[in-house]
Amino acid sequence: MSTREEILGRVRQAIGDTPRPTAEVPRGYRGVGEGLDRSAVLARFVERVEDYRATVTRCRAAEVAEVLAAAVTGRSVVVPPGLPWPVPGSVDDTGQSAAELDAIDAVVSAAALGIAETGTVVLDHGPGQGRRALTLVPDLHVCVLGAAQVVAGVPQAVARLDPASPQTWISGPSATSDIELDRVEGVHGPRTLHVVLVDDL
Amino acid sequence: MTGTFVGMPVFPKAAREAVGDSQLRRNLAHATGTIRAKRAAVVGEVEEWEELRLAGAAIKENVLLHLDEHLVRLEESLTKAGATVHWASDAEEACRIVGDIAAAHDATEVVKVKSMATQEIGLNEALAARGIDAWETDLAELIVQLGDDLSSHILVPAIHRNRAEIREIFASAMGEVGRPAPDDLTDEPARLAEAARLHLREKFLRAKVGVSGANFAVAETGSLVVVESEGNGRMCLTLPEVLVSVVGIEKILPTWDDLDVFLQLLPRSATGERMNPYTSVWSGVTPDDGPQEVHVVLLDNGRTRALADEVGRQALRCIRCSACLNVCPVYERTGGHAYGSVYPGPIGAILNPLLKGVGHDDQTDSLPYASTLCGACFEACPVRIDIPSVLVELRSQVVDAHRGGVPKPEAVAMKAAGATLASGRRLGLAERLAGTGIRLARRVGARPWTQARDLPDPPAESFRAWWRRTGGDER
Ligand code: SF4
Repeated sequence: MSTREEILGRVRQAIGDTPRPTAEVPRGYRGVGEGLDRSAVLARFVERVEDYRATVTRCRAAEVAEVLAAAVTGRSVVVPPGLPWPVPGSVDDTGQSAAELDAIDAVVSAAALGIAETGTVVLDHGPGQGRRALTLVPDLHVCVLGAAQVVAGVPQAVARLDPASPQTWISGPSATSDIELDRVEGVHGPRTLHVVLVDDL
Repeated sequence: MTGTFVGMPVFPKAAREAVGDSQLRRNLAHATGTIRAKRAAVVGEVEEWEELRLAGAAIKENVLLHLDEHLVRLEESLTKAGATVHWASDAEEACRIVGDIAAAHDATEVVKVKSMATQEIGLNEALAARGIDAWETDLAELIVQLGDDLSSHILVPAIHRNRAEIREIFASAMGEVGRPAPDDLTDEPARLAEAARLHLREKFLRAKVGVSGANFAVAETGSLVVVESEGNGRMCLTLPEVLVSVVGIEKILPTWDDLDVFLQLLPRSATGERMNPYTSVWSGVTPDDGPQEVHVVLLDNGRTRALADEVGRQALRCIRCSACLNVCPVYERTGGHAYGSVYPGPIGAILNPLLKGVGHDDQTDSLPYASTLCGACFEACPVRIDIPSVLVELRSQVVDAHRGGVPKPEAVAMKAAGATLASGRRLGLAERLAGTGIRLARRVGARPWTQARDLPDPPAESFRAWWRRTGGDER
């Protein structure tokens, strides 16, 4: 018998002939946060992203290019295919190796959505977001998202996301609590996270 | 290389030694105090917390009662998404599978994301025996590995080390396995984190094979989820050409949508954050992005044994957040090593006997007694595992296993307290019974365990009362 059959057999034996009721899962938590008005949702998003010691810039669509230019000034920068905004002096993602990406200072990307309750941006690595390594190896990540992309809480985010794509949920710069359980920002992932929130997008 | 727990003394002896170590106790009190306050604050801001706990418990319970169906479904979804699925009955089989995959790629090293499952099976030692270096990349795991030490906490394996000790370990050991620590390294946490960044960078960039566990595996979609902080997880999951994930069969969630419960429960319970810095989700192979060869090893290693225990089964709901460790008055005094396992604290006290079975070795049999049954773990647990009740059940199993010989006095005493608890009384009563148990234990001569404890008398004020009075109560 294969290990697979053995394990499945042991599982069935362990559960036995007892009836297998399916417990009702209370889902009332899903309604929480729905009632908040948009400006409160956005204010909470900004407050909570900043709480992780990330930088947030709010601007209008017409100002994005200018904000991005200022954010990466003086640094080498890479951009994913499909990024809707110009970034001065940037190089395109041409499939650079990890070591090559390590020599680049910054990356600018779009995002799939933002979560106000937890101050999170989620990438699903679609157009404008690039493959996963691109937003991981450079030390500065500038992430642009529109106000309409910000949802209230985790349930709304999960409902919108498609699990067929890989995802990276990002809440602040890389950090660790491993030394005396004190939080320190800046380990292996980007040590600086800059979120650009575009109010009229 | 990280040591193993083989040959650990029984809990009372190990605990006695640990409570005598004042540095260890200071480090632990400081760290668990910090994390308790953080957790209480972020749990307190979620109004629907109790409902989330009920949902989490119900989802996991449904998974366990239909585990065979979910496993078959998970295998199907993973295969469809381009992953290769392996099944492993025990630690040896799982280690062999991972070793064979690494060997097939002529890898002499792998980079590892922190994973309880791979620690449980002793993967690093098994790979070392085949000439393959396994580099731990989580900061705390790195501290443990470089210090040739043992993990003492589920989430923060080096919780027993303070910053000065960590500086010493980095300064003396990093150079032996790669880039040395900077000469002017101080014990500032930011400098220590930077030293780890520099040391591990070269290992991430050259790694061919990554090894991970998974916090969740979604049966419906074949998605694996890894929750982390430092970005070492993202490095290991993204940069290598080959990825092997060792996943306990109880890690399943039925549907993608169920994640909305657990991505709220886990970070707040674990590090006391609204959200952990990074969560990675992947389903098999993504063309032109990340590892192009993806393996998943589904691990039993005693889980079906635990599943067969109708009372103990609930331990398989555990999402390894370690909240129960941080609130446990026994853990805070003894630290994790005394439990002699990669799973210490209250969850370890039930999970180890459930996975291994009782009546085989004294060390495992001593674990259900490593508790005062105060109930703080149950209150903290995000998936509502009733650890005190399982402890009581396991104590009676230990007694039964030893029937024929003379039962141990502490077993008799604790069972007396336990029988009343199991009869469905409320937790407040259980707390008083714990005191009774200790008094009773002393009367019948259960010396080792009570001597090892820091509080020789049942406290005038119960732990839970103290917890509330000092503001530890999160609601
Ligand atoms: S038993 Fe509960 S509190 Fe303890 S680690 Fe597991 S999920 Fe967390």
